[in-house]
Amino acid sequence: MKKILILGAGTGGTIMANKLRKALDRDDWDITIVDKHKTHYYQPGFLFIPFGIYNKQDVIKPKANFIPAGVNIIYSDIEKIVGEENKVLLDGGKVLNYDFLIIATGTKVDPSETPGLKEELWHKEIFDFYTIEGAVALREFFETWQGGRLVMSIAELPFKCPVAPLEFVFLADEYFTKVGIRDKVDITYVTPLPGAFTKPIATKMLGDLLKEKNINVIPDFYLESVDNKEKKIKSYDGLEIPFDVLTIVPVNKGDDMIERSGMGDDLNFIPTDKYTLRSEKFENVFVIGDASNIPTSKAGSVVHFAAEVVFDNMMCAIKGRELRAKFDGHANCYIETGFGKGSLIDFNYETEPLPGTYPLPGVGPFGLLQNTKMNHYGKVIFRWIYWHMLLKGKELPIENEMSMAGKKKS
Amino acid sequence: MTQKTFAGLNLEVTDEGYLVDPSKWTEEIAKEIAKEENIELTEKHFQVLKYIRENADSGLTIRKIGKSGIVDIKGFYDLFPGGPLKMSTKIAGIKKPASCV
Ligand SMILES: Cc1cc2nc3c(=O)[nH]c(=O)nc-3n(C[C@H](O)[C@H](O)[C@H](O)COP(=O)(O)OP(=O)(O)OC[C@H]3O[C@@H](n4cnc5c(N)ncnc54)[C@H](O)[C@@H]3O)c2cc1C
Repeated sequence: MKKILILGAGTGGTIMANKLRKALDRDDWDITIVDKHKTHYYQPGFLFIPFGIYNKQDVIKPKANFIPAGVNIIYSDIEKIVGEENKVLLDGGKVLNYDFLIIATGTKVDPSETPGLKEELWHKEIFDFYTIEGAVALREFFETWQGGRLVMSIAELPFKCPVAPLEFVFLADEYFTKVGIRDKVDITYVTPLPGAFTKPIATKMLGDLLKEKNINVIPDFYLESVDNKEKKIKSYDGLEIPFDVLTIVPVNKGDDMIERSGMGDDLNFIPTDKYTLRSEKFENVFVIGDASNIPTSKAGSVVHFAAEVVFDNMMCAIKGRELRAKFDGHANCYIETGFGKGSLIDFNYETEPLPGTYPLPGVGPFGLLQNTKMNHYGKVIFRWIYWHMLLKGKELPIENEMSMAGKKKS
Repeated sequence: MTQKTFAGLNLEVTDEGYLVDPSKWTEEIAKEIAKEENIELTEKHFQVLKYIRENADSGLTIRKIGKSGIVDIKGFYDLFPGGPLKMSTKIAGIKKPASCV
């Protein structure tokens, strides 16, 4: 009996468990998946909680619902990977051996990396919305807030779902308009990037939209520390920005287990071949999703596209063949822009987000880099797709590789 | 792409002024690019530039350079005021780092 071990039962681990169990004979292949939590969080839903659009129940389901029969599931903290010996140690000393390993332990926020961030104002006037606790605490705060300076700040690159803080300020603009205090709320978007987004065309489109909605942008701000007494954030080059409420994307890091295993870079992301998605260190180890260091967005859509490639290459590796599939870095992100509208970007390693229609050229129904009602529905429907199709590894009616059809170059 | 003359050599640069071929880089070229950014290069600058060139392919970030043991992040800002990563990589003659997408 050969063994496949999957670390992490989030988006990527769950998809791989489903795909592999379907493809591999149960008499030959034992598949085991490990996660420390029993609850699966629909993380894109966290964004909507502070504004009362979703509540906690809308974004959680038991992990076990999505793990197919015939896959062993172990709920435990993972202590360490010992790649040289093809084994993984769990918390408490249990040892799991493997023939092939898939690492899907994602990324987490680490507020302790920024001095002053996790102190007396944490979850009182300083909030993250990348955890369920932060999102729920922020909702309670917003419910009775009287207005003032709302500062949205990003601590470090890379961070998962790079459009989420933009969506957050767009939704905040709508929320405070609807509760009638938008004139009392000053919204400022503070980013270490030189503009609203990384790539020029999307940056222009999103930058114009921020201006239209009267949201200030402070680019090139690299966060050094937070002053809880004076309620200010400070940059390394001495800029200070005052806030009444600070919403933050803290430093994103891979799990500490990666560091303990000696497999990460300085932020615990795993050096991974960006085309084959195989670990650069071990031939029988693949990395899917946010845990890797590949130069594309850390997003659920990327995980979904990458899963095809990891699956194909696992099949090759199992048979001792050369890895045949190549990941192109495809990402596809709906961007909520407030008031029932949304935008959409579609890009990969080589091609920046371009305007056009998706997935059908000239037809859509979704508009790339356009602000439409249809794109908003895309985001709303995504939650259903996530629970019912994506996690189970079913085919979605969209191409895995990015396509130029429907895109306009200039 | 455009052509630019540095230290008497005609070199190809990107629209943002980054050298297209990092292997053409010399310390003289670095000094001239730095001058355009109003920076007078010191020994410390060159230590940082050396580290940057040696780690060009490893996903450079400000945090990483701050952990290099050569400068801390504040020191890095002091050497290359404004956008230290953008500026230092340009002077080091490597590609503009693809900060996260
Ligand atoms: C606010 C927000 C909005 C987002 N919006 C979007 C969006 O609109 N579209 C989109 O495509 N993506 C979005 N994302 C990103 C998306 O949710 C993630 O990119 C995706 O879930 C990553 O999947 P993954 O499998 O890599 O990691 P995860 O799904 O995070 O799974 C990692 C798993 O590993 C487990 N684990 C880690 N370490 C250990 C350990 N030591 N021991 C045991 N278990 C461990 C964790 O418990 C977790 O279950 C958003 C994310 C956030 C936070």
